[in-house]
Amino acid sequence: MEYSHPWLPMTEDLEKAMLKSIGRKSLKELFSNIPDQFRLKRDLDLPDSHTELEVAKRIQELASKNKAADNGRVFLGAGVGVHHIPSVVPALAGRSEFVTSYTSYQPEISQGMLQTLFEYQSLMAELLAVDVVNSSMYDLASALAEAILMSVRVKKRSRFLVPRTMNPAHWQVISTYTEPLGIEVEKVDYDPKTGLISISGLKSCLNDQVAGVYIENPNYLGFIESQVDRISKMVHETGALLVAGVDILSLGIMRPPGDYGADIVVAEGQPLGTPVSFGGPLLGVFGCTGDMKLIRQLPGRLVGMTRTSEEPHERGFVLTLSPREQHIRREKATSNICSNQALVAVTAAVYTSVIGAAGLRELGESVAYNSHYVADRLDAIPSVKAPALNESFWKEFVVKFENGVSAQHVHEELLKRDFHGGRLLIEDFPELGETMLLCVTELHSKEIIDEFVSAVEEIVTSGGDGQ
Amino acid sequence: MNRYRQAKWNEPLLFEMSVKGRVSHKFPEVDKDIRRVAESIESMIHPEMIRAQPPSLPEVSELQIVRHFTRLSQMNFSVSSGTYPLGSCTMKYNPVINDLAANTSGFSWLHPLQDVSTCQGALELMWELERWLAEITGMDAVTLQPAAGAQGEYTGVMVIREYHKCVTNECEQRNEMLIPDAAHGTNPASAAMAGYKVVVLPSSADGLVDLDALRAAAGPRTAGLMLTNPNTIGVFEKDIEEIAEIVHDAGGLLYYDGANLNAIMGITCPGDMGFDVVHMNLHKSFSTPHGGGGPGAGAVGVKKSLEEFLPKPRIVRKDDGSFDFEDNLPRSIGRVHGFYGNFGILVRAYSYIYSLGKQGIRAVAENAVLNANYVAHHVSRIPGFTLPYSKDAPRMHECVISAEELKEETGVTAMDVAKRLLDFGVHAPTVYFPLIVPEALMIEPTETESKQDLDLFISALNQISRESNETPEKVKGAPHMTAVSRLDEYRAAHPKTLTLSWRMFQKQNRDKVD
Repeated sequence: MEYSHPWLPMTEDLEKAMLKSIGRKSLKELFSNIPDQFRLKRDLDLPDSHTELEVAKRIQELASKNKAADNGRVFLGAGVGVHHIPSVVPALAGRSEFVTSYTSYQPEISQGMLQTLFEYQSLMAELLAVDVVNSSMYDLASALAEAILMSVRVKKRSRFLVPRTMNPAHWQVISTYTEPLGIEVEKVDYDPKTGLISISGLKSCLNDQVAGVYIENPNYLGFIESQVDRISKMVHETGALLVAGVDILSLGIMRPPGDYGADIVVAEGQPLGTPVSFGGPLLGVFGCTGDMKLIRQLPGRLVGMTRTSEEPHERGFVLTLSPREQHIRREKATSNICSNQALVAVTAAVYTSVIGAAGLRELGESVAYNSHYVADRLDAIPSVKAPALNESFWKEFVVKFENGVSAQHVHEELLKRDFHGGRLLIEDFPELGETMLLCVTELHSKEIIDEFVSAVEEIVTSGGDGQ
Repeated sequence: MNRYRQAKWNEPLLFEMSVKGRVSHKFPEVDKDIRRVAESIESMIHPEMIRAQPPSLPEVSELQIVRHFTRLSQMNFSVSSGTYPLGSCTMKYNPVINDLAANTSGFSWLHPLQDVSTCQGALELMWELERWLAEITGMDAVTLQPAAGAQGEYTGVMVIREYHKCVTNECEQRNEMLIPDAAHGTNPASAAMAGYKVVVLPSSADGLVDLDALRAAAGPRTAGLMLTNPNTIGVFEKDIEEIAEIVHDAGGLLYYDGANLNAIMGITCPGDMGFDVVHMNLHKSFSTPHGGGGPGAGAVGVKKSLEEFLPKPRIVRKDDGSFDFEDNLPRSIGRVHGFYGNFGILVRAYSYIYSLGKQGIRAVAENAVLNANYVAHHVSRIPGFTLPYSKDAPRMHECVISAEELKEETGVTAMDVAKRLLDFGVHAPTVYFPLIVPEALMIEPTETESKQDLDLFISALNQISRESNETPEKVKGAPHMTAVSRLDEYRAAHPKTLTLSWRMFQKQNRDKVD
């Protein structure tokens, strides 16, 4: 072999020596089980080999074709959050010992990862006010899909209810997961003025075939679902489970789902110290109450605290309750999940420890003030209504353009001014009119917000019906 | 002479270090002009929905946090620490440049819902990576959406199901998925999640697919066969042509579990062998880090006739050379991820393939296979260890050694061997898998281990074999040099002592006091 590469320690001499020591004449002999007609007799059509310097150049070239959100001029949320990441978070979570380890199948030599994941489970449990959080799912979308499957297993019922206002991408994911299993997922109507779940609509959908009901808080459309106690009571009276999806960063100031009786909780954990990274890796936070009936049906890995078998019984951590999992139960497992998002969970553990309850409160307040300031300023512009839904909100809210102003036009004009407006809602919620979902965080400075509001004003007033 | 000793910090939980009033981060105060917009939080958020009690999170200083997680990391073995020959997991070196690539702000700060005009670089990277992966596997189209291998399997099985729904119109009748008994546990679990009944195929005396058993099982109820090739004992299924024929003749499709792809990259293509759907684990074959369990990425490739069923949105290149998302795909299985998959992992895989190039990708497979055969040859000559099944067939990327003889002679089990290996600063192989091998040690050295590393590993197993005869209690009591000794797993799982969070721990302590 003439080819050499920094990641491959083999040399021509070593290759010969190793072949000789195992009694083989050539490399080809090692592939003798591959029938000749299937052996590739050409080079793969791939790029040539590149040095590190050339790789860095190519990556930079591609990255420079993107316009990223680190300029503080992007007002998008809709499932992920652009937030400040304290410097110690990537420094610690990025330690090679965490990054390059596998699942902790040998606990004695993997206590670092196991304790960190136990701390992650514990920190999330405190935030959500539930006893149990698993060590991660892929993202909120698949976590919700698994929550539905879990509800159906626990309750042995086949219907599930979700709000019509839920995140449309998450709706698509749960549709994929529930269809082959014959689970009927139905959307419950909402009050068009506030966005809140229609209580009469919920009542008419609920019966003894409903395994669970999902609510989001704050909802995808930004408003806070304030009827939680009433909904929780109705759901539990029919013997169904309440599944709550929450914005994890809101929990420094907002009521946690465990407090209003959620049996299963899911959240998108990306905002806890992980950059948006074009939508992944994300972090599916997944928890439930301490009810053993629920715990036994939980998908995903769990880390438990225990002690050494021998005296002096030192504290230690292990993966536990694995008979729920695919490597033991195979087709009878609670889920097929194996690899999860452990490193993102490590990141979330570091972030949550760094921020603490006081920091989460400061962050929650900062976001609330910023978003309300933006809404207030936008609402003062003629032909703009913000928030368009008449219910309290925290980080995101719906902005509506009236009198012939199209949201698409505003979006395009904002792009020209080096801003990125909110998620356009016309396709998913045409009944709301010309709307976009705006997201404001602690990263948006007053100067940029004011410039943004002026830009919207200029676009709306100058280009009435610009299509 | 082995001198390994893992760090041992008696590191408490952060919760146990908490002191009221201590902070490790501060946010800027809200601008006073902005603050004027509302009197208080209560005037912005429905008072009933405000948190009454702050969450009880630890109150610690920044340095305490830095020390805490640094110490914990020192009690965690990794590829950066030493040899990690975990079979089926392909624990190769995770190149540092790949992490730098993924953390480039033009990628890491890119919001997934930005206008496509502002993320052309990301789309181009994904588009190109799709094509490279299709080339390596001999497929026509690839989706990068699945977040892990198991989700890739699920996606692939759903594609097969959609095919039977839309093309053969036999979806209801074809409700069985054939899976060999030696398959990875995710295969049957993924098939079951897609609503399939799993039919288990027994292995032949050689540890390969038993063609007669396959013929007997395949029929009008067969949706497909899920197969790993090379299989989990590390041997190439030489009858693959016949296997594909049997499955296709029965009207089923052939699914390739890409966990073992590292052995054949540039050597042969699943697409040429007759596979219709493949999934790849980018965190295995393509070097992206395992992160202590994830995130990975489970790209799925399919033949042309199945392309329309792939998850949406798909990336398309328009006539003007620009890239876009296509969402209008009525026959797609739908979405499996909130956005487009684990993009940061895709950047790493891109950087990996771009660095190695066509020559390097083939060298990876060749070196991985040579390393595995070197280990198989030398370990199977150590007293107590044997290489069961297809003895004369070369191994591919991994080998499965049985410690059954060692157990019979000395009472030392595969688990004991695994635990004792840790004392040498080497991670244990995968143990007790596949189920068809008694006292299995599944060893996958990968191409990035040097001959010196392999020799150390072999000599460690040699020493363990000697110790098993001379001082078996030393092996049975292992590990001795890790942060903790063997842990009580029964206690961890018992309902009375089950402790899954600090919250549960405190409740248990309160109950004890009461």
